[in-house]
Amino acid sequence: MSYLRPDIRQRADELVSLYPQKRSAMLPLLHLAQEQDGYLTDKGMAEVAELTGTSPAEVRGTASFYDMFHLEPVGKYVVGVCTNIACLLAGGEELLDHATKTLGCAVGGTSADGLFTLEETECLADCDIAPVVQVNHRYVRTTTPDALDALVSDLRNGRRDDEIPPHGTLIRVRRNGGLRAPRAQVAAEREAAQTAREARAAKETK
Amino acid sequence: MAVLTAPKIVSSRSQYADSHSMSRYLATDGFTALRKALSMHPEAVAAEVDSASLLGRGGAGFPAGRKWSMLRKAPVSYLVVNGDESEPATFKDHYLVEREPHQLVEGVTIAAYALQVSQAFIYLRGEFALGLERLQQAVNDAYDHGALGSDIFGSGFSLDIIVHPGAGAYICGEETALIEALEGKRGFPRIKPPYFPAAIGLYGQPTVVNNVETMANMPWIVNNGGAAFAALGQGRSAGTRLFALSGRVKNPGVYELEMVKNTFRDIIFDPALGGGIVGDKKIKAFIPGGVSAPWFTPEQLDIPLGQDEVAEQASMLGSGSIVVLDEDSCVVRAAWRITKFFSRESCGQCTPCREGSGWLERIMYRMEHGGGRREDLDLLLDLCDNIAPGLSWPPQQTTICVLGPSIPSSIHSAITNFRDDFIAHVEHNGCPHD
Repeated sequence: MSYLRPDIRQRADELVSLYPQKRSAMLPLLHLAQEQDGYLTDKGMAEVAELTGTSPAEVRGTASFYDMFHLEPVGKYVVGVCTNIACLLAGGEELLDHATKTLGCAVGGTSADGLFTLEETECLADCDIAPVVQVNHRYVRTTTPDALDALVSDLRNGRRDDEIPPHGTLIRVRRNGGLRAPRAQVAAEREAAQTAREARAAKETK
Repeated sequence: MAVLTAPKIVSSRSQYADSHSMSRYLATDGFTALRKALSMHPEAVAAEVDSASLLGRGGAGFPAGRKWSMLRKAPVSYLVVNGDESEPATFKDHYLVEREPHQLVEGVTIAAYALQVSQAFIYLRGEFALGLERLQQAVNDAYDHGALGSDIFGSGFSLDIIVHPGAGAYICGEETALIEALEGKRGFPRIKPPYFPAAIGLYGQPTVVNNVETMANMPWIVNNGGAAFAALGQGRSAGTRLFALSGRVKNPGVYELEMVKNTFRDIIFDPALGGGIVGDKKIKAFIPGGVSAPWFTPEQLDIPLGQDEVAEQASMLGSGSIVVLDEDSCVVRAAWRITKFFSRESCGQCTPCREGSGWLERIMYRMEHGGGRREDLDLLLDLCDNIAPGLSWPPQQTTICVLGPSIPSSIHSAITNFRDDFIAHVEHNGCPHD
């Protein structure tokens, strides 16, 4: 019985089949698990382990390296405020400080109503509209305290949910195209190449 | 005056609101270069790119053609495109992926054909949610159009492109760390040698890793010829380049400019470009090529925007991002924040980087927030010297990758040029700007 929802599990299976080696699907699969639960649960990571042919410990060890993966529950909206160099020069620290007051939580914390988690981020590569704010990895382009307050008010009332979907950077990413050649044929070609390489390597070591 | 006569090679469609759509791409010569390339011998395409003298646009500035020529001959090899743009204040690849994703897909397909590679990956920062959507859509469009997949345009050449999301780690911009991430592991840079993945890369196979902007140049080079590209710019710096301008300027943004023909003064002050400093204040300093680069002062404003021209002044054009600090900007705070970034992003494999970045960050923190001491200046420089012995540029390396030797740049620059600002922080017991 799959822990991942059937629709997410189906996308996960498709992703695994894309890659020459299934462990390569690790990061996208973790994004999918996080899309379902908002953070990475033990059960979600166990299923990613099964899908990638690794152990749950290897999955956790990998996930913990990357900033985007949450190993603890987070709010419905993860608000990231950048304070790196370009944003620092545009008042990023002040905006982050203001956000702690508006959201009622410290940096790294979650608001009491469970709606918001606040993060101080590193550069988000949108430096001409600084300070940069992302909500669930969508650029919201609110650079002033007033604009941030208006955004938070909108989010509380669900008014921005079309533009800012829940967790998951892949939530709206679908691969429709594929190799025109039957996948089995591509796999067979890859395997033949691999066998030839191994045979040659074996010959060389002899 | 700025020289703005060069053609837009990678950002010509950005003027359109629908620049990311397939219909716009097809209406503006989309895929004509790929059709032309497929009619040529793969080696002829590679030769064309080599003659363009295109330097990689990721940061290191290694000649793209030479990188290709090092690819070890093997039955299975890969092309990996580096879109993990995370160098602070660099936002040109983000710009390209959201606005001109089809051009990237076409460029990757041309490169894959030249290299005779049948599997390519585009590794894009996970934080680029919209970029991931648009790039995947562009890949889907290309499959539908017959420009990707099996037997592309009836040429017999086949290619699959996988759009791979990162998950938040600066270090994955280092090409061997990126390969580790693509293999589903922690993003630890690999020990060198081998120095280039062209020998041993993804899954142990020969792999070429190129930057997004480098790939975006391919369609124009094929359509117009390598010689036309090489005719732009000067010396080793051929063609145009995207410059990302940010900080205390009136018009921050991404500008495509011919290499060498413009100076830092042009891009920062020309009304058609940066437009000068906010509030018409004085410029205090600027960072010429990402926060790993040593800083420049106003005396260096007339240096041309060229690879060698900047290198001769002991810094680097790097990722093409320019950050401007004005007379009111606190250089101590700026250097502290950059150091904090490196401390957070150090992968932790090598002691000088892992420990050194944290020590430096803590000393810089007390310098900025109170508790700084006069002798901290020597201590800071001594620590910097332990990470990059001699504090020369290009730096000596004590670590597996270049993240470590990038750490001292900001502190060393700030202390060298603005020692009085540090003394003022010590005497004020904190930041005098607060």
